[in-house]
Formats: sequence, structure tokens, C-alpha cells
Amino acid sequence: MDILKKSVLELRELLDKGEISSREIVQAYIDRIEKTEPKLNSFVTLTFEEALKDADRADEMIRNKTHTTLTGIPIALKDNISTYHVKTTCSSKMLENYRPPFDATVVELIKQAGMPILGKTNMDEFAMGSSTETSYFGPTKNPWNLEYVPGGSSGGSAASVAAKQAPLALGTDTGGSIRQPAAFTGIVGIKPTYGLVSRYGVVPFASSLDQVGPFARTVAESAALLSLIAQYDKYDSTSLNNPRPDYLRSLEKDVKGLRVGVPKEFFIDGLDAEVEQAVRKAVKALEDQGAEIVDIELPHSDKALATYYIVATAECSSNLARFDGVRFGHRSENTKDSVTMFKHTRAEGFGPEVKRRIMLGTYALSAGYYDAYYLKALKVRRLIKEDFDKAFTKVDVIITPTTPSTAFKFGEKVQDPIAMYLSDVFTTTANLAGIPALSMPAGLSSNNLPIGVQIIAPSLAEEVMLSTAYSIEKALGSIGLPELEV
Amino acid sequence: MPLEDYTIVIGLEVHAELATDSKLFCGCSTSFGSEANTQICPRCLGLPGTLPVLNKKAVEYAVRAGLALDCKINKFSKFDRKNYFYPDLSKAYQISQYDQPICEHGHVEFYVGGEKKVVGITRIHLEEEAGKSIHSGTSISDSDFSLEDYNRSGIPLIEIVSEPDIRSPEEARIYMETLRSILRYIGVSDCKMEEGSLRCDANISLMPKGATVFGTRTEIKNMNSFRAVQKALEYEAERHAKLLDSGEKIVQETRTWDDNLGITLSMRSKEEAHDYRYFPEPDLVPVILEDEFVTDIKNSLPELPAEKFRRYLEEFGLPEYDAELITADRDLAEYFEAVVAIYNKDYKAVSNWIMGEFMRLMNEQGIEVGEVKIKPEDFAAMLKLMDEGVISSKIAKVVFEEMFNTGKEPKTIVGEKGLVQISDSSAIEQIVADVIKDNPGPVAEYLGGKDKVLGFLVGQVMKLSKGKANPQMANEFLKKALAELSKNQ
Amino acid sequence: MSSITKETVCYVADLARLYLTDEEIEQMTESLNKILEFEEQLNSVNTDNVEPMAHAVPLNNVMREDVVEESMPIREAMLNAPDEVEGFFRVPRIIEKD
Repeated sequence: MDILKKSVLELRELLDKGEISSREIVQAYIDRIEKTEPKLNSFVTLTFEEALKDADRADEMIRNKTHTTLTGIPIALKDNISTYHVKTTCSSKMLENYRPPFDATVVELIKQAGMPILGKTNMDEFAMGSSTETSYFGPTKNPWNLEYVPGGSSGGSAASVAAKQAPLALGTDTGGSIRQPAAFTGIVGIKPTYGLVSRYGVVPFASSLDQVGPFARTVAESAALLSLIAQYDKYDSTSLNNPRPDYLRSLEKDVKGLRVGVPKEFFIDGLDAEVEQAVRKAVKALEDQGAEIVDIELPHSDKALATYYIVATAECSSNLARFDGVRFGHRSENTKDSVTMFKHTRAEGFGPEVKRRIMLGTYALSAGYYDAYYLKALKVRRLIKEDFDKAFTKVDVIITPTTPSTAFKFGEKVQDPIAMYLSDVFTTTANLAGIPALSMPAGLSSNNLPIGVQIIAPSLAEEVMLSTAYSIEKALGSIGLPELEV
Repeated sequence: MPLEDYTIVIGLEVHAELATDSKLFCGCSTSFGSEANTQICPRCLGLPGTLPVLNKKAVEYAVRAGLALDCKINKFSKFDRKNYFYPDLSKAYQISQYDQPICEHGHVEFYVGGEKKVVGITRIHLEEEAGKSIHSGTSISDSDFSLEDYNRSGIPLIEIVSEPDIRSPEEARIYMETLRSILRYIGVSDCKMEEGSLRCDANISLMPKGATVFGTRTEIKNMNSFRAVQKALEYEAERHAKLLDSGEKIVQETRTWDDNLGITLSMRSKEEAHDYRYFPEPDLVPVILEDEFVTDIKNSLPELPAEKFRRYLEEFGLPEYDAELITADRDLAEYFEAVVAIYNKDYKAVSNWIMGEFMRLMNEQGIEVGEVKIKPEDFAAMLKLMDEGVISSKIAKVVFEEMFNTGKEPKTIVGEKGLVQISDSSAIEQIVADVIKDNPGPVAEYLGGKDKVLGFLVGQVMKLSKGKANPQMANEFLKKALAELSKNQ
Repeated sequence: MSSITKETVCYVADLARLYLTDEEIEQMTESLNKILEFEEQLNSVNTDNVEPMAHAVPLNNVMREDVVEESMPIREAMLNAPDEVEGFFRVPRIIEKD
């Protein structure tokens, strides 16, 4: 039996029947990581020893019948999610040796469920980037083609799932950091409704936009992981205290009569023809199943990227101020006085993209520029949200491309920040509006790279988002996983 | 020109730590004096990924303070981040309130030399404390390094900003004392300046009398007692006046009060541009106060010192001095009221005992009203024993001190120590006879017309009776005996 | 919206406590100007009478009761301290030497 090819739900059955142990599953993934990691660099830290111990505990839970859906299934975590005494680096020199004295709430949930943690995945430094090229520990490769980026910032998590290094992974999404790498690596990635998943213990990039979400090979597997992590958290003031459904149960819902919105603003000049074709095919698949296709307008969505870069950098300039070399993290040797120490600690600890964003955000909040940039951006943000409010009176879900093109090559955009930022052009709107969005594979390009389609739903409408995705997945069939030669 | 020819303009920013059990945004204890860095958690240490959750009690306390200072309570308020770097600021921003504070537009009333003074309150907002830097040297500037303790990091504060309505250093001190009194009355802060739970920064400027445009101001920090507030501002006012007289300009700057030298000093550190980049705290959601929440707090407010003061004048007929002194401290006032509830004959007598022996003994022993062992009913009982002539006022002091030290009832003490006043005529007559016999010289002097000697002779009677003789009787019997003697001569 | 000067870049870097080399100042000025040029498009949006939106959640009054929770052991607090002295975090002199 090839454990790596089994879906999470198949593994569940095998575990429940006692035909396989969690230890065997974890060992199979460890072997796979050891074989593939030298080529991919998906991980910053590997935690095999703990994972095997966790697997034994999971097997115990299964024997005692105290297990739940994901007990015994291993997972990889993005390295900005705090793990007790396990390095949490954010792929930054600043936190190269940082070991949190606490677990993030999502990590507590994962540990309680008995999911062995395989390791911490690579990312763009402090989640700032779209390719993992800003990682202090070197980029992660796209398992479909090693010359291409896996996307970012959660590129390590995406690559690990696509390359069968892990069946599931968690990422974070501030402006597309789950959906864009999911699209580039041909897997499913979800950015939940803001407030659905706790942010406690997740090193923030932009607090009002960040959400944790799952990566999986299929819609059903991603729904299973979302059900686990979508819990109210009293330690996060922005956590929504709504009843949480079991998302696995909502998948089979019929799309007949579903109103699917196609916003014209997302089918722009720069959109890759193959990408457009793939999205149209997904729309057609829904129409064939009885969905009603509606042309809609989201008139301010072309301003989303410009809005996003002000809001996100303003918040990040404040969020990243605490990295001052006093209580944790890197400290410069230049300790003439505290101010000098601060300046050199931050100069040495942060990479160029992080510095650029801190500078932009500081500028946007500083005296004399606040109204012109930050306040203006918050107002446009409101208009972007109102566009969605209006659209969702006419439609139940919105379907768009996830990215304007498929994965790009290393070095192609890293020198040009604007070009890099543009790969988030379709994803930032959902973060600004706080609504859920998902990316799923919708085909392969002529050069054998995955194409992603994005489904956006109203606030807390994850169920309809997932059932729509599930219908598309059934209709289009799987694009499969990359044949990574090792 | 002399200082008297200038109008002094002072505004105060007062910080009071709120008396909550836990910190503003995490569950760490707020208790004072623990070992360094033992009352911290990932939140108040500012570890990445941690998030704040607002303490409801702190919001209640801020509203309570706002109502006690006659403020408008804002239905909508929110939190903002104030961004600046300092080693004791664990997140490198302070969560505070910028443009939508919880309370605005209030005022405080107090008396200065018998004159009523009203000072406007611009705003009250909630914010968190920073940690504490301990310097290796004798001062921050001659320290090669500093040590950071974050126990205080995240303790809730209210900042009370006054209008520039204060016109003298004395007013500034009384304003501070009044605020302390009010905040302690309503139980929102223990207001201990020596522990730093009440602090103030002052802005001061001078302008020629009659002018309407304020002069250049300086900001004074580090005044750690009420006395220091007045002294520092007196010094600073004089300094301004001298500079203005000699045609020099006042430099707008922050100065620190050196209590030992009795002078203010420029903080010298490179004046940072105060570009705090305030923006809405994305990790917290707005506070919307329902009318009912505010009304409930309003209804739970105790009688405040100013109202009490007025009532003491009208209801108890106390002099202003007594009323002010007793009402300044809520516990003391409540004690007074408990005594007069039982002993309602002579309010002034109660006031005298409280301001006299009671406070003397408290000060001597360094204790507070709450720790005093005398029960109000025993206090009243002692006064009754005096009225009934069971004990003399002199004995009463002895009894009172014993009550203070042991908490025993006055009757018990009188019995145990045999302190009952001698009111038995024959016993006193006998003592009087003995005194006349033993003091022929003074007796002769008295009989010779020196009336003043009577006092001495009464004293001798008291002495011989070990203070127990009823003084009126002693006086009366002595006069009678001496008159007899005179007649017989 | 005007373009950003090198002086402003230095001022902002100082606010953000970032040491930048002369070369980095040059590069930063150039790339920030490019980004700000990109941001110009926000000017074309009419935002009269639009309320700013700082939060994506319709929540208010999220509060906790005033209950003390256990603090963390000092060893955990000091786990990542770059310079610890007897339970304190040590920092270099706070006031610059003259």
C-alpha cells in the first residue's frame, strides 16, 4: 500500500480499522521528506522525533476510541505559527533561534486532536513576499518544476503538500499567501472568514488581514482540517463566536440554482489566456450542474492592491517594531547605546523586503501623510467591502482566477516589487473585506504548471464556498500531483 | 517684574493605576513589589503572535472616574496604538486611546484659601503601563546599562488631562490631592505617589497679568509627592519669570524635577520628534457603552468628598477645617459617620477626638483607618463615659490609647485599670484636706489674694488622686475648704 | 501625493529604528518612490463621506473578567533573552553619551 497516495479520509478508515498505525503513516512521510527535501527546501525545521512520539500517542487515542477525524494524520506548519519550544523563525534571521514559550491556539487544537507535527515550513520572511525568495533560509522550489517558485508567502506549506511531504499543512493568508501558492502548486488552499480561526500565537504581518488556513490535496481534506481549526478563541478579541458547522458534511450540497457571480474586473488584459480558459471551464462545469451564472461588477477591486499595500504595511510597521533585541530574537553586537542597538539589530535581522514594507508603513502613518495614505486606504477599503456586499445580494458565490498567471521563474520578479505585488492582484480583495476565499486546481498549462481558480463567498459562508469547490472538483477531475524525480 | 505680576498657567496630566486584580490586556497579577519579571506572560512580555483582551473592570473603573469627575461618557470609544521605541515598552507600542477616549469634558471643584476653584477635565482615557528600567548607575545618564523588569507592563492606567485652568503651584497640589481623594473614594485607584500608582506631568507657562495669549511652556516630570508638585512648579515659575525679565526666551522642553537639589533640569536627551503614528489597534474591537451599563455605575457611586464636605457643614455644623480634613479620606469620613450615628450629641467633640488623638496615634503607628482596632461603638461609648462623669477627660486619653492598642471596650479598660473617676464627696474632701495640710505656703498665698494659686492646688488634688478625682468636684471642694479656712482666720 | 526625498527616507528610517547605509538610502528612496507612484491611483477614488474601515469584523465589547491567571515561570520568560542578568533583561545605556 502506498501510504503517501492515500487521502486523509482513506487513512482515517485504515486507522480506524487498525490496518495501519499513525506511526507507519508518519514514518512514510518522514522517509518522503528525507528523500525530497534536498531538492525542495520546504522546511525550516524538522521535528521527526516529536512527530513519532505524537504518532504513538495518536495510536493510543485510536485504541482508546478517544480520537477524532484527524487523529494520527501528520501535518506541516508554516514557520510563523508559534510552537512551544520548537523554533519559530518566520524564515528570518531575526528569529533564527527563537523558541516560543507557548503554543499558538491552532497548535493546541492540532495537538489535542493527536496530529503529529512533521516540521515547520519555509516562507517569505515574515510572510512578506509571493515566492519564498525572501526567506533567510533560501527559497522553496515548486515540485512541478524546480526552476519555478512555489508561490508565497506560504510556499513551503504548499510545496510540502504538493510534493507529498505532508498530507496537510497550515499556512497564513494576509493578501493571498495561502491561495496564490495553492494555485502555483496545484492544491487546495483556504483563506477563511476573518475571525473564524484564532490568530493567537501566529506572528502577525497585518493584524486586520491575517488568517490561518488549511492546505490539502482535495476540497474534502481541506474541509476536514478547517473544521478542526475553526474554533472560537477567547484569547483573540477578533474571534467570531458563531456556531461552527462540520464543513465535511456540507460538501455534497447540490449547486442547482446556485447563483455564481463572474466579476468582469478580474478578466483583465494582463490575464494569461490559459488561466482565463481554465476559469471559464470551471464556470461552465457549474452551469452544467444547474448553477446560474451572473455577470457582476466589483468596481473598486482594481484599487485593492494599492489599498492593501498601505493597510498591510502600516500594520506591519507597528507589528514588527517589537523586534528590538531586548527580550528575544537577534541582537546586534553594536551596543553603544540602546538606540544604536535597536537600529543595528533591526538592520541586521530583517531582509530588504521586510525593511521596505516597514519603511512604507511607517511613512504612511507618519505625521503629514496619515490622511493621504492610511486614512485614504481605509476609506477605499470600505468601498471594496461594499462592492462585495452589493454583489452578494445578487449571487451566492463569486468565481475568479486566483492569479493572473501560473508560477513564475526564480529571479523573474524579485528585483521589481510592483511586479511581485501584482501576483496578489486577485487575492487581496477578500482579505480587505474579511470574507472567505479558496483556491483550487482547475487544470494545467501547456508548460505543465497548475492553474488555480478562486471561489469567494460572503462572510461565514464557508459551506457554500466548499460545496461549490467540491462540485467543480468532481466535474473537472484531479490534475494529479507532480512527478517529482528524486 | 516680580512673579506676582505674571499669570501662571498650569495644566496637569495625571496618571492613576487602576486597582484591578489583573492587567489591562492579560491575566497577570497587578500586585506591587514582586520579584522582577515574575508577573509576566507572553502577552505583557510582547512575544510575537500574542493578542490583547480587554479587562472589563478597567473599563468600569474608567467610567466610574469619568462620572465622579462630571465627564461626558462616550458611547463609542476605541483603542489606538501609540508607536515608539523604548526598552521598557515590550511591544514597541503602547495601547492607548487617541481620538475617541472613553470620557471627556468634566471638571473638579476644590477650595484654595477658602475660595472655590473649578478646573476643567479635557479627557480621561484608558491605556497600559510600560515596564520599568532600573539603571546601573546613580542616574539614567551615567548608567552604562539598564535592567528591564516587565512586571508593571500592562497594568491599567487612566490618564486624566486637565484644561490649563490651574493658576498657582498651590492650586496644582490641591488639585492633585483632590483627584487622589476622589479616585480613592470611588475605589478605582490606591493613588500611592510613592509607589508610582499616581503620577503627574505638568505643563507650565507664564504670561503678564491681563494677557490672553499663553507663554511658551515647559513640561515637568518626575514629581513624586504632592509637596514635590508644588515645589517643582514654584521653582519653575520663578525660573520662567527670571528668564522673561532678563529678556530671554523660554525653551519649550521637558524638564525633570530633582527633589534633592530642589531644581528642575533639562532632560537634555535629543528631543525626539513626537511622531507616534497613532492608528486604530487592529487586535481590539471598539467599546460601545450601553446606557444601562453607565447608569448602573452611576448608581453605585458613593457620596463624593465635595458633597460630603457640604453635608458636614450643614448637617453636623462642623467648621470648614474639620469637614475638609475628615472628608478628604473616605475611610476616615465613614468612621466619623459611624461614630456620630451612635453618639449624636456633640459632633464637634467627635471631630476633635478624630483630628486629635485618633490621627496622632495613627500617624505614630503608621497605620490606616481600616487597621484601627477601636470599634465606632466603643468610640461612642467612651464619649458617653466622659459625659456621665465616669472618667475625666484626662483619663479618657489614657483609656482611648489603650482602646487604640488593644481594641478593648472602654468599660473593660476602666474596670481593669481602676480608672473610674472619684466622684465620692467624702473621698475628695479627704484628699482636699490632705492637700491643704501639705501645702501651707501656697494656701497662705491664696488666702492672701493670689487666686491663680488655685490651679496649682487643684493639680495637687489630681496628682494625689492619680488623676481620678472628678476635676469639677476637686475644684469646687477646694474652693469651699479654702473659703472655710479664710472665714475661720 | 508628492515624491519622497532622501531626507524623508532618513527621517522615516529613524522613526522605524532601522539603520540604513548610504547605498540602502538611495535604493530605498528609489523603490519607495516607485511604490508611491503606484499608490497614486487611490487619489482617483472619490471617498467623500466614506467611513474609514479599520476592522473586518463586526464585533464590539469583547472583554474578559478581571481574573488573575498564572504568570509564566521566569525560566520561560528568559528563554530567548539576548542578555539576561539575574532575572532582568539587560540593555545598553539608554541615554547616549555626550
